[in-house]
Amino acid sequence: MTTLKPDAVVVGGGAAGMAAALELEKAGCSCVIVEREEGLGGILMQCAHAGFGLVEFDEELTGPEFAERFAEKVLASKVTVLDGATALELRDEGERKVLDCCSAKRGVVRIEARAVVLAMGCRERNRGNVRIPGSRPAGVYTAGLAQRLVNIEGVVPGRRVVVIGSGDIGLIMARRMSWIGAKVEAVVEILPYPSGLTRNIVQCLEDFGIPLYLGHQTTRIFGKDRVEGVEIAPLENGALDLSRARTIPCDTVLLSVGLVPENELSRGAGVELNPATGGPKVDSTLMTNVPGVFACGNVLHVHDLVDWVAEEARRAGAHAAAWLRGERPGPELRVKAGANVRYVAPVKVDLSRKNRVYFRSLAVLHGATLEARIDRRVVRKIRKGHVQPSEMQSIELGPEDFADLAEAGSDAVLEIALV
Amino acid sequence: MERDLVCVVCPMSCALKVRLGEDGTVLTSGNRCPRGARYAAEEFLDPRRVVSATARIRGADAPGRGEVGAVARVPVRTAGPFPRERIAELLEAVYALEVALPVRRGQVLIPDALGTGVDLIATRSLPFPPAGA
Repeated sequence: MTTLKPDAVVVGGGAAGMAAALELEKAGCSCVIVEREEGLGGILMQCAHAGFGLVEFDEELTGPEFAERFAEKVLASKVTVLDGATALELRDEGERKVLDCCSAKRGVVRIEARAVVLAMGCRERNRGNVRIPGSRPAGVYTAGLAQRLVNIEGVVPGRRVVVIGSGDIGLIMARRMSWIGAKVEAVVEILPYPSGLTRNIVQCLEDFGIPLYLGHQTTRIFGKDRVEGVEIAPLENGALDLSRARTIPCDTVLLSVGLVPENELSRGAGVELNPATGGPKVDSTLMTNVPGVFACGNVLHVHDLVDWVAEEARRAGAHAAAWLRGERPGPELRVKAGANVRYVAPVKVDLSRKNRVYFRSLAVLHGATLEARIDRRVVRKIRKGHVQPSEMQSIELGPEDFADLAEAGSDAVLEIALV
Repeated sequence: MERDLVCVVCPMSCALKVRLGEDGTVLTSGNRCPRGARYAAEEFLDPRRVVSATARIRGADAPGRGEVGAVARVPVRTAGPFPRERIAELLEAVYALEVALPVRRGQVLIPDALGTGVDLIATRSLPFPPAGA
């Protein structure tokens, strides 16, 4: 067994892990990235479509291009990359965090660090998670798996496709399947509005004349050996109207029904999770309840743009470096999701400096106003116009917003609401 | 004739109203930035898309060839927006390609694709990091 003793270990070599590691190195900390796949890049490597990097590079790049630009910087830095290595267990031993990994190339590797940055990303929800009834034939894939098969391994999963769920990966895959010569029969969404970004509705469905069934539930998957079709029915006021059920013949079903932060490792280390996001509850420095363990990117909350992942991860890396230097956050204020807000991340802000808080709305709202309130007193009001759950929002709050806090008392709460 | 478009330049997704003015210029409202006006004019007169696809790797060059999970395709894209009407033709040309390794990110695989002035480029370096880099 090999033992490595860096200042910090970053779990995951995707966009978040690379951005966090570069920031740690810049601050003079020794750092190891542990990555399960061969090579850096994470899920970006299978995202062959363009649309990444508008904020980060002011260019419209594909996933692999975005990833390679970061990977080049990592390889040119002093960061150690342990790729092809699976992280098995993370233990909190006070000052020392222990991460056990195994790899085909290097055998068992133990990493002992004083700080950990969790950057494992997220997983796709699958058929079992959404309980679609029917038989269990071949041809049912999660959209991300199909994306990997098509874009990296060169395998075509099927010829007549129904996509269940209108998340971005499902929409992107509807276009990809059309471009490789398959026929996409329909996209079926249970909610009354699409889950993916509007530009994907336009460029991935409307360009190809693919019908989008909103407010429809998939009631059955048919087929013995191979998928033969799906049955869908509309929802009227929350109830299924089976009298209007219809069958769509197909040989392939792609599921794009949501992503869940991948926190098995975190849980094992005693990291407390936020039920609203599935990711850790973090303070103003993106540190979890376990001192010295930080989280960023999709393992913290599922982002829709990699540019925000990189932004958040850089902060996590910088805060981890500050923590290693002995800095601790100043007085903090709890943040909670108010009216029409599904979640906020982080769940604390530092009163002495600027804080960026990410959040998502609970529903589609027109003419919405964002209100930041401390104990019901509005401290900031921003007109938002149109907001929808698929588009993550953020607000920056600084000392000027917390000016009159002395009156509010120590158990004050900052509430982010959309009204 | 007025057309409703959704701007797709960025995730703001501005709802645009587009029509042709009397002097032949495209008039746009609803955009929150100049990129929206440019997009509206192009989408109205000459719709274009950045096309991404994957190309075959020359058999003998494929890393870990035949292994489960091995990289068998090189991701590619058009270097800029490409005429939407000619995407099917472009894809045929991409699928006919056989890319020899090594390939560098940004390497031009089809110069001036179909005479449009738009190049087709590789979006991933294989192997990575490139030898000698």
